[in-house]
Amino acid sequence: MSVAEIFENMEYGPAPEDASYVHDWLKSHKAGFSHFIGGAWAKPSPKAYFDDINPANGKVLAKVAAGSKRDVDAAVLAAKEAQKGWAALSGHKRAKYLYALARLIQKNSRFIAVLESLDNGKTLRETRDIDIPLAARHFYYHAGWAQLLDQELPDYAPLGVVGQIIPWNFPFLMLSWKIAPALAAGNTVVLKPAEFTSLTALFFAGLCEEAGLPAGVVNIVTGAGDTGAALVEHADVAKIAFTGSTDVGRLIRATTAGSGKKLTLELGGKSPFIVFEDADLDSAVEGLVDAIWFNQGQVCCAGSRLLVEEGVADTIIAKIKERLSHFRIGDPLDKAMDMGAIINPTQRASIDKLVQQGVSEGAELWQPDVKMPAKGCFYPPTLLTNVSPSNIAVREEIFGPVLTVMSFRSLDDAVALANNSRYGLASSVWSENINRALEMAAQIKAGIVWVNSANQFDAACGFGGYRESGFGREGGREGMFEYLKPKNDGSTKGEAVILAPEATGTVESVGFAAIDRTPKMYVGGKQARPDGGNTMAILNHKGEIAGRVGAGNRKDIRNAVEAAFKNPCWAGRTANNRAQILYYIAENLSVRAGEFTDRLRDLTGASKTKAAAEVEASISRLFSYGAWADKYDGQVHTPPVRNVALAVKEPIGIMGTVCPDNAPLLNFISLMAPIIGTGNRVVMIPSERYALIGTDFYSVLETSDVPAGVVNIITGKRDEMAKVLAEHDQVDGLWYHGSAKGAAMVQRASISNLKRTWVNDGTARDWFDTKTGEGRRFLREATQVKNIWLPYGD
Amino acid sequence: MNNMGAEIHHLASNQRNPGTPYHPEWVEEIRINRSAIERRIATLASRRTVKKQWQAAWLLKAIALIDLTTLSGDDTPGRVQRLCAKARQPVRSDLLAQLGMEKANLTTGAVCVYHEMIPYAAKALDGTNIPIAAVSTGFPAGLSPLKTRLAEIRASVDAGAREIDIVISRRFVLTANWKALYDEVAAYREACGEAHLKTILATGQLGSMTKIAKASMVCMMAGADFIKTSTGMEAVNATQPVSLIMMRMIREYMRLTGFKIGFKPAGGISNAKTALQYMVLAKEELGNDWLEPDLLRFGASSLLGDIERQLEHFITGHYSAANRHPMG
Repeated sequence: MSVAEIFENMEYGPAPEDASYVHDWLKSHKAGFSHFIGGAWAKPSPKAYFDDINPANGKVLAKVAAGSKRDVDAAVLAAKEAQKGWAALSGHKRAKYLYALARLIQKNSRFIAVLESLDNGKTLRETRDIDIPLAARHFYYHAGWAQLLDQELPDYAPLGVVGQIIPWNFPFLMLSWKIAPALAAGNTVVLKPAEFTSLTALFFAGLCEEAGLPAGVVNIVTGAGDTGAALVEHADVAKIAFTGSTDVGRLIRATTAGSGKKLTLELGGKSPFIVFEDADLDSAVEGLVDAIWFNQGQVCCAGSRLLVEEGVADTIIAKIKERLSHFRIGDPLDKAMDMGAIINPTQRASIDKLVQQGVSEGAELWQPDVKMPAKGCFYPPTLLTNVSPSNIAVREEIFGPVLTVMSFRSLDDAVALANNSRYGLASSVWSENINRALEMAAQIKAGIVWVNSANQFDAACGFGGYRESGFGREGGREGMFEYLKPKNDGSTKGEAVILAPEATGTVESVGFAAIDRTPKMYVGGKQARPDGGNTMAILNHKGEIAGRVGAGNRKDIRNAVEAAFKNPCWAGRTANNRAQILYYIAENLSVRAGEFTDRLRDLTGASKTKAAAEVEASISRLFSYGAWADKYDGQVHTPPVRNVALAVKEPIGIMGTVCPDNAPLLNFISLMAPIIGTGNRVVMIPSERYALIGTDFYSVLETSDVPAGVVNIITGKRDEMAKVLAEHDQVDGLWYHGSAKGAAMVQRASISNLKRTWVNDGTARDWFDTKTGEGRRFLREATQVKNIWLPYGD
Repeated sequence: MNNMGAEIHHLASNQRNPGTPYHPEWVEEIRINRSAIERRIATLASRRTVKKQWQAAWLLKAIALIDLTTLSGDDTPGRVQRLCAKARQPVRSDLLAQLGMEKANLTTGAVCVYHEMIPYAAKALDGTNIPIAAVSTGFPAGLSPLKTRLAEIRASVDAGAREIDIVISRRFVLTANWKALYDEVAAYREACGEAHLKTILATGQLGSMTKIAKASMVCMMAGADFIKTSTGMEAVNATQPVSLIMMRMIREYMRLTGFKIGFKPAGGISNAKTALQYMVLAKEELGNDWLEPDLLRFGASSLLGDIERQLEHFITGHYSAANRHPMG
């Protein structure tokens, strides 16, 4: 095209990035890339390779090793051998390695950006300006954590060997999110990149060599799902960190259940993008471009559900259409592209299938009339209007450049629509009214809220979701805990499960209660008869029947969860108010200290001194969580933009707690108090062996102004009750203290809604020791962090 | 702006903006989010670029958009004459020939001077279609008596200026006296008659992004043909975030009334790269119509020199020097 012609039509023209030097590097590995194991390049065993394809043109970029179980074993062994030495280095020494890696990423940033674009199909603009700088930032940030670890988290130790499985949508960035904190904490890693995008991870292995990282600290094993499965199942892996689909996440949860492996899952999302009529609408439309047309919409936190206030719905749809009418889609290496290629034809077909299903369910489809590349794997930006929450395109994660649009009438309506999802990863709220924006931010069930922005990331701010979007956080102080364990968390004393002695007969001991009492449950602030009408005898330490409790069944659990569900206001109470109630419970327990001492003596056979000490410790523990209620507060992160990010600690929601038998009153209090103190509601399953402690306790609750439904007590068979709770989709979190078998069962059964579980794996906790029986650990397990990004400036 | 759908008019042709009655709600409903605006600008530079012959063509277009300006206390007839000569022949003819543009009759968009210089400019531009723009209304502060300011406009129009660059009273914006601003600009418009009215907001002095947006809307309602960022004399002159806001107001005014308003960033646009960024912004936010001199102008004095050097670099492949290009 001549200058004179362009002078008339004022078109952009091509602007390709030079990729020749990256192709040269690929050519030098023509024989196929090996794994990186124990600081050396290791050929796969058996010798099997698969093709790595450039999605923009379908051409083979490289041959990559197909990792076998043997390869994974070798990598885990190398990591295991390296771990002690790595952890023994001073924080400063580890910091220097991480700093070197950050520098090396920066020095090679353009190379990595081009390679990533070739391998993934995403635009060079994104890899160059977003992915790679953020990856470097993660290494810098975590170099800082390595440096400060001994001072800031002295009571924590590394986990050991960490298995990390990352997705194809942000290959290099996810590698940095995984490897940097793991190494900072003193772990060694085996990382498996996604099979479609292995190349930047292999390049990174070279950077590890260049940085002189000790052999075995970072191991990269390439391969597909079976390679990942071998890593997940490996006995010497202490933790699995996974980012990917919710379905695979579920599988990993089930596989690792009961193994004691720590697990973080960053899974799918269907994040709402909420626009109020007082928003800067033009900027909101640009925000949508960042939200759903970033990385072709192949982003777990993509703002894929536009919720717009009804009065401005038509206006914003018109603006979106105008904006998309000059979108540029094509060669990812062209410097003036808005969107690149979809990762592979399978993904493209999956996107199209969901779009077509949405249309067949009534959605109106709109795609701009823009030039699409003739070859390669591309999909146009897509708008689906006239949809309702029942449309499949609104419900399912599409993982493509597809936006659904719905309107709302009021803030409450917006909250209801936003939270009407199985997911809870991220959200955007657009309003120029700070009151409205923050009210909305508080009510959205998601790990991240971006006020007047979208898809902002920083290493200082934890990233991770609520609900079926997974658990755990990456980044920030909150993210460091995912790669650490308390140094003395293993403190044990006695057995978690205590079996009743041989019954001495059916004679009821009348020594304790003069008048026969009807055993009941405690549901919704009221005493409730067991649904099944059956009771269980509770024996005292001599084997005599000390009393009877209701034998809980599925319906009792259902009723208790329902009662908890009906009191959502508890989390909205002030921390001070929750503290007051915990103190009030302590006060009332203190009044009845003698009675509980006698009960403990009768049931457990403890001495008077010992039983009185347990009651006293219980009262003290209530005081502890009364004290914590208004002190376990959040943080303000300072990412490197004009912005504050509020890391708010929010309750998980409705929780279940299955109590062990050792120290039955103290463990009951130790588990209940942090849960309700942080604003959760709870269904308590008291010690099965000493269940009378639980039924005695509800009258304490009744006199302590505990609102109905905040604490519910169901007696019954521990593991039977635990299973119903674990499978209940309205229960958001479950703590289990019982047998190792029960712990595994709970984790396996939790996959339906991927509830947060905290289990004892059969070990007994020393409830009397304040180091292991109370404190931050409990509070952390009872809360999740929501990061609210608040850019400012007028 | 949200609920203005009912006001939409459709015009068949590029008629001149007659202005509208004062609509307070058009001003009140404006919402601007500064961080989001800045983010858009920060990422736009990496979303679009022009290379090779596209860059050359765009730079030639940039020349056609320049209001070649001299606004100095030591301006003389000779200085203005030189400037006008440059406006008529902004690029060496051998370079134009190599670009295949020798027949394009490329000139700058206008020449911009103080009132006293209009007659000399008129003489120097005789026989061309290059308009003379005169800064007016007590430029740059705009604090002379209203009567004097109106008389100044009329005098400049009588002297041959086809465009009048007025300065608004910043105090009306700072005190949110929007009706007073509307009345002032409407009076200027009337005084302009057939000459086009370019309203300088002096955005660096308006205090907030929202105020800049509101002032833009009021000026357009009052009949502005162009909205312009700055006099070039404020501490902060044209910036891309401010330009984005003003362009979006232009888009909104077009949605409301059907009229297309021009945009003129001024001050600080001194190199080819920056000019291209502004043009990309205009293309993306407003469309190709705003890449022509009837709707986009650069208020600039040193920009042309840099563009000439870039063009020669495109042709020869090596970097050029200032002394190889005739000065203005």
